[in-house]
Amino acid sequence: MADRRRDWWDKEDDLPVYLARPGTTDQVPRQKFGGMFCSVEGAYESKTIDFDALSVGQRSSRGAGQRAAARGSASPEGGEREREPEREPEREPPREAAGQPGDRGVGIISSTGGAGGKELLQNLDDLGSDRLLIKGGRIVNDDQSFYADIYMEDGLIKQIGDNLIVPGGVKIIEANGKMVIPGGIDIHTHFQMPYRGTTTVDDFSQGTKAALAGGTTMIVDHVIPDPGSSLIEAFDRWREWADEKACCDYSLHVDITHWNDSVKQEVESLLKEKGVNSFQVYMAYKDLYQMSNSELYEIFTFLGEMGGIVQVHAENGEIIAEEQARMLQMGITGPEGHVLSRPEELEAEAVFRAITIASQTNCPLYVTKVMSKSAADIISQARKKGNVVFGEPITASLGTDGTHYWSKNWAKAASFVTSPPLSPDPTTPDYLNTLLASGDLTLTGSAHCAFSVAQKAIGKDDFTQIPEGVNGVEERMSLIWDKAVVTGKMDENTFVAVTSTNAAKLLNLYPRKGRIAVGSDSDLVIWDSDAIRTVTAKTHHSAAEYNVFEGMELRGAPLVVICQGKIVLEDGKLQATAGSGRFIPCSPFPDFAYKRIKARKQLAVLRAVPRGMYDGPVSDFSPMSRGGTPSASARTSPTKQTPPVRNLHQSGFSLAGNPAQRGAPSTEETPIRPAGRRIVVPPGGRSNITSLS
Amino acid sequence: MSGFQGKKNIPRITSDRLLIKGGKIVNDDQSFLADIYMEDGVIKQIGENLIVPGGVKTIDAHGRMLIPGGIDVHTRFQMPDRGMTAADDFYQGTRAALAGGTTMIIDHVVPEPGSSLVAAFEQWRSWADSKSCCDYSLHVDITDWHKGVQEEMETLVKDHGVNSFLVYLAFKDVFQLTDSQIYEAFSVIRDLGAIAQVHAENGDIVAEEQRRILELGITGPEGHVLSRPEEVEAEAVNRSITVSNQTNCPLYVTKVMSKSAADVIALARKKGTVVYGEPISASLGTDGSHYWSKNWAKAAAYVTSPPLSPDPTTPDYLTSLLSCGDLQVTGSAHCTFSTAQRAVGKDNFTLIPEGTNGTEERMSIVWDKCVVTGKMDENQFVAVTSTSAAKIFNLYPRKGRIAVGSDADLVLWDPDITKIISAKSHNLAVEYNIFEGMEVRGAPLVVISQGKIVLEDGNLHVTEGSGRYVARKPFPDYVYKRIKARSRLAELRGVPRGLYDGPVCEVSVTPKTVTPATSAKTSPAKQPVQPVRNLHQSGFSLSGAQIDDNVPRRTTQRIVAPPGGKANITSLG
Repeated sequence: MADRRRDWWDKEDDLPVYLARPGTTDQVPRQKFGGMFCSVEGAYESKTIDFDALSVGQRSSRGAGQRAAARGSASPEGGEREREPEREPEREPPREAAGQPGDRGVGIISSTGGAGGKELLQNLDDLGSDRLLIKGGRIVNDDQSFYADIYMEDGLIKQIGDNLIVPGGVKIIEANGKMVIPGGIDIHTHFQMPYRGTTTVDDFSQGTKAALAGGTTMIVDHVIPDPGSSLIEAFDRWREWADEKACCDYSLHVDITHWNDSVKQEVESLLKEKGVNSFQVYMAYKDLYQMSNSELYEIFTFLGEMGGIVQVHAENGEIIAEEQARMLQMGITGPEGHVLSRPEELEAEAVFRAITIASQTNCPLYVTKVMSKSAADIISQARKKGNVVFGEPITASLGTDGTHYWSKNWAKAASFVTSPPLSPDPTTPDYLNTLLASGDLTLTGSAHCAFSVAQKAIGKDDFTQIPEGVNGVEERMSLIWDKAVVTGKMDENTFVAVTSTNAAKLLNLYPRKGRIAVGSDSDLVIWDSDAIRTVTAKTHHSAAEYNVFEGMELRGAPLVVICQGKIVLEDGKLQATAGSGRFIPCSPFPDFAYKRIKARKQLAVLRAVPRGMYDGPVSDFSPMSRGGTPSASARTSPTKQTPPVRNLHQSGFSLAGNPAQRGAPSTEETPIRPAGRRIVVPPGGRSNITSLS
Repeated sequence: MSGFQGKKNIPRITSDRLLIKGGKIVNDDQSFLADIYMEDGVIKQIGENLIVPGGVKTIDAHGRMLIPGGIDVHTRFQMPDRGMTAADDFYQGTRAALAGGTTMIIDHVVPEPGSSLVAAFEQWRSWADSKSCCDYSLHVDITDWHKGVQEEMETLVKDHGVNSFLVYLAFKDVFQLTDSQIYEAFSVIRDLGAIAQVHAENGDIVAEEQRRILELGITGPEGHVLSRPEEVEAEAVNRSITVSNQTNCPLYVTKVMSKSAADVIALARKKGTVVYGEPISASLGTDGSHYWSKNWAKAAAYVTSPPLSPDPTTPDYLTSLLSCGDLQVTGSAHCTFSTAQRAVGKDNFTLIPEGTNGTEERMSIVWDKCVVTGKMDENQFVAVTSTSAAKIFNLYPRKGRIAVGSDADLVLWDPDITKIISAKSHNLAVEYNIFEGMEVRGAPLVVISQGKIVLEDGNLHVTEGSGRYVARKPFPDYVYKRIKARSRLAELRGVPRGLYDGPVCEVSVTPKTVTPATSAKTSPAKQPVQPVRNLHQSGFSLSGAQIDDNVPRRTTQRIVAPPGGKANITSLG
């Protein structure tokens, strides 16, 4: 690091040379291909030459922006003071390894990476300006990459193309051919999560700052209501916390920790009115959050009808409870007991079961925290069979493994405790990255849930008491870049897909988020693929004492992060504003998941075989209830309340020609069974039943 | 040696000395030509030019195959179901078995939930002893789980010769056990050295699906298969394999009915799990398309759980897996009900009593589908119909092999006979045969059970009550050799660390995760130890004596292998 910093200092001398002729620095030739985002070719050709010249020429004569030109003499303190008031200079000394020395000017950033001084970023720090032009960047979406300029205003992308006409006085960032990617979306965080009287050390402010520092411009947090309490109240409480503190846009998943009719109504109102489209259920945490198979079936059925996404925490809680008891009996009380009592088979088993139920209920499934090879294999097998299932590996499972549970340092071992645990198999991260690149796993989160050592020490004598969670929100983007793109497993477009676009699609926020397009939110990251930094707890933005990626050297880092049209990371300096984050409501029935589900629903209509009544002898039998107890509990299926007794005067047959009805096919009731109807397709439409008598 | 040539002319004599001349003896490992001499129900000599006493009855095999009598590992004769009893009792059932070349059956004892296992076992014994025509043994189903069950299981294993127990993952609120209970049950079974059998279907999902299907107005037998899709079977198989892996308990999956379930088993075997799969006559011979039959009675005759798969390629697939060894044994799950009994569920498919026939047809179906088609040879045929079952359930080599000292349960097999299965000609008490009209090649010509000829010339000569109960010892080598080796490896040890002395957060009292066990009934092996660390005592154990045995919690001990010994953990700081 020190060497590199020295390099940088050496190169600093060259900077005025670039400054002297900023418009003429050699650029990579632009690709004249921007699809719909391109202006008509040649439309502005003559004008823009003027404009370019103008903007360059004006730079030094523009009032408040002059500091850029005067950067050599401007004192850093002055620079800080002149910033817009809403920016927080508190984190002024940037803590990244590649960060810049404190006395550095604000006007120009030069990359410290291998490419040396080639890059040049202009920063005309207009007061209060939310007009921003990124020039000369290579826009990377999940489908293609192309060179174009981006003009943003009011937090939205207004124009994309070459030679844009923009108002005067906009702040210009020269990307110099660097990649401009949609800001990352971390689809799984637990900021400020209450836990037995304490709270995770990263609250929404700390957490979102770490997110922004890593190039993530939106987070989706999990609301965890106490079992038995109201989902909506919990949701409101989380909203309140996040509105007050979040520095970037956010959205919320709600965890269903118990299930009954009132919860069902709450889920419905969350879906329809509150902008939540994803709900997590737990198959682990016996006697606390765990749902029975019947409850899972009901929840899946309900959400499948309402257009929600079911997320599962997949581990077999019952067996874990048994194994935990066994470990403690054997005298294993340290963090290694955590992973020993939660072998990866239990994760795979639960994933398999969740997929089975989802397939039965025709509900899209989202598996959170894919931590092991076997769980990932089950998901990829199911996808091959056509199930609508999405897998989310997290930063920790992509970046490290579970060997550290055996560390002699209790605090270090405990910092890795999360559920499902990191796999002790050291080849796991590589395997998961491969599946992520091949598309078998769909998107990435961090499951960031950081506890201090003192908090982890709650479980110092009993590993089952250790609060669970690892960090990862800040490292996520760099880690995937380093593990998957640098190694050639995926290209930059897939990188964008798994870090941002797929998440946006699943949350039904696409193309507002997850894409660089006209009309999208201006959440952008200028990505420096050559920057190298070392992850360490000393410099990370999380408040936790340990970093599970400690000492890992990662290639690829955000150079500039723009969130809501404002530069929040620049020059290694984070300037985030607590409370500026907005809640982004998600609507139900995301096309990404539901197009297929809807089509299947229309196919999966079941019909009875019309037969004459059986009129032969019938044996006597004692009416002991056998296979078909109606339901898990009094709360019955969402669709109907009919008891499972045949009403001979009424029949529930429906015809395939009426796909509009979903779930409740009783609307079209005919008094007599229509003749000649056969089951066309069994559930799932797999097997080939033709007419058989 | 009397000059009896051709069995046609032999008058039936009750001699228990028997000589079979000129047969090709087929065991699971090899075939060879030899004569066999039997006396007192035991094979006394094998070889050429045997010296035998005068006056023995002689059968000339004319070079035909002589195979060990079939063992039907899964029958439910005379099974009570809600006040009714399965149509084939032990007499009728074993008679049908013998007619098909099966000389031993293993029946399932199904105790009423909450009642005593031993009492139910005695009940079944008394039924079978009075009626059975061939040797039999008994599996015991665990329909309920509490402390007393463990003790009864121990009694059954130690005093009554039972070494296999079946648990249900289906039949919610009746027989179904939870995952925790299954975990505990498997732990007990492993400690006793028995085999864990599972009825693998996810009962929770089935219950929900049944309700949905009924709501849709589907009340006929097609609802049975629609509410029990094969995924639900595969899921349960996967889950039981997971639990058995965790508990290091051998697993035996009864009634493999679908491709996906068979695939899960095959996959698990590739990963090294000790798991056995049992397809049954019905799943090998027919498919579930008949559930849509317009004839209610016919459709209802196919109702069994897990259901026959509607995918018509299933039988072919299962016979292939059986031939390649991914599935090992065949049963029949013979449990028949008359049409009148089935009609209990005429307005609600969930009430239809479940079970299909198959004990009589089993051998012929496997021959026809596997050997005639070239998927397996005659030795493998013997393995899947008899030898593997005898090995798994610790009957080998008394049963399942033609060797000196083995029981004289033999079948003279004629590979060329063709017959058409029909309810008109079968030896069962029910009106429907699910294999109706199927033409099968291969049938027994002569069946010898306990050294007596019971089938000859197409005539059955069975004696009610002649069947003996065959006790089975625990820890069958075929299964437990691997289990024992693994349990030696799977010792876990904690990491010795200094005590954490940093700050500790205050917490509110609500316990986070977990109550240690399902209930007061804890793990069988040890007395319930409080899950609290006793700082003066350590539970670490090392394989073999260590110099520091007397010093608790020495440094430098590391976990050698996590459960299953998969991952490669080396020393890490």
